[in-house]
Amino acid sequence: MTTRRDALKHTGLLALLVGCGAITAQQALAAEAPGFDAKTIDAALAALGGKPVESKDITITSPDIAENGAVVPIAVTSTLPKTEAIYIIVEKNPFPLTAAFTIPDGTEPYVATRAKMGESSKVYAVVKADGKLYATSKETKVTLGGCGG
Amino acid sequence: MADPMRIRATMKDGVTDVRVLMAHPMETGFRKDSSGKVVPSHYINDVKATSGGKTVLAAKWGQAISQNPYLQFRFKGAKAGDKVTVTWTDNTGDTRTDEAVIS
Repeated sequence: MTTRRDALKHTGLLALLVGCGAITAQQALAAEAPGFDAKTIDAALAALGGKPVESKDITITSPDIAENGAVVPIAVTSTLPKTEAIYIIVEKNPFPLTAAFTIPDGTEPYVATRAKMGESSKVYAVVKADGKLYATSKETKVTLGGCGG
Repeated sequence: MADPMRIRATMKDGVTDVRVLMAHPMETGFRKDSSGKVVPSHYINDVKATSGGKTVLAAKWGQAISQNPYLQFRFKGAKAGDKVTVTWTDNTGDTRTDEAVIS
């Protein structure tokens, strides 16, 4: 039986879903680079070229608790030789793959930027070095979601 | 045309440290305005930095990069007085290029 209370609860949830996670066809088309249209972390990793190996040679610098999910500073450093690319993936975002950096010869395997996070989530740093994928992750708690941007 | 970027490039021990602050709304396409209409997505999806005719960093971004994006990276092989040029392109085709002298 659907009570009025249930109905209200569902409406609220629906509004939240639309606000945070609903996807229109236009947005799905907008992402041209591989992996950016993936809606799950597995799909994003598949687009990048498979499952990464856990590695201690990658460091993610991000706050343990981010007060504002709209601006979460994230820095990634890798000490793996021949680092070619660094990817930042936020597990619970509508589109997990956030950024893909190509690191040419002579550029240090270090990037820092700021990302939006809808909710507390694991942040993955995936590094492509010598043709192979390596990854590490870090849990970041968000006290105020960054859905609105 | 979008507002200019703020780029700072400093040299220390042969490594150039570049910090870029771009002016961009970075709309995800999930947000609604006060009248309840969805704000269409508008975000930078391509960034390229060059110095001395060589690409020093290339990036592809999604919607989840924060408003007025910040980017920091480091590269070797330049010297003080050289220029660093940064170009971004967003999903509507708008583009902006700015440069800074390494100090």
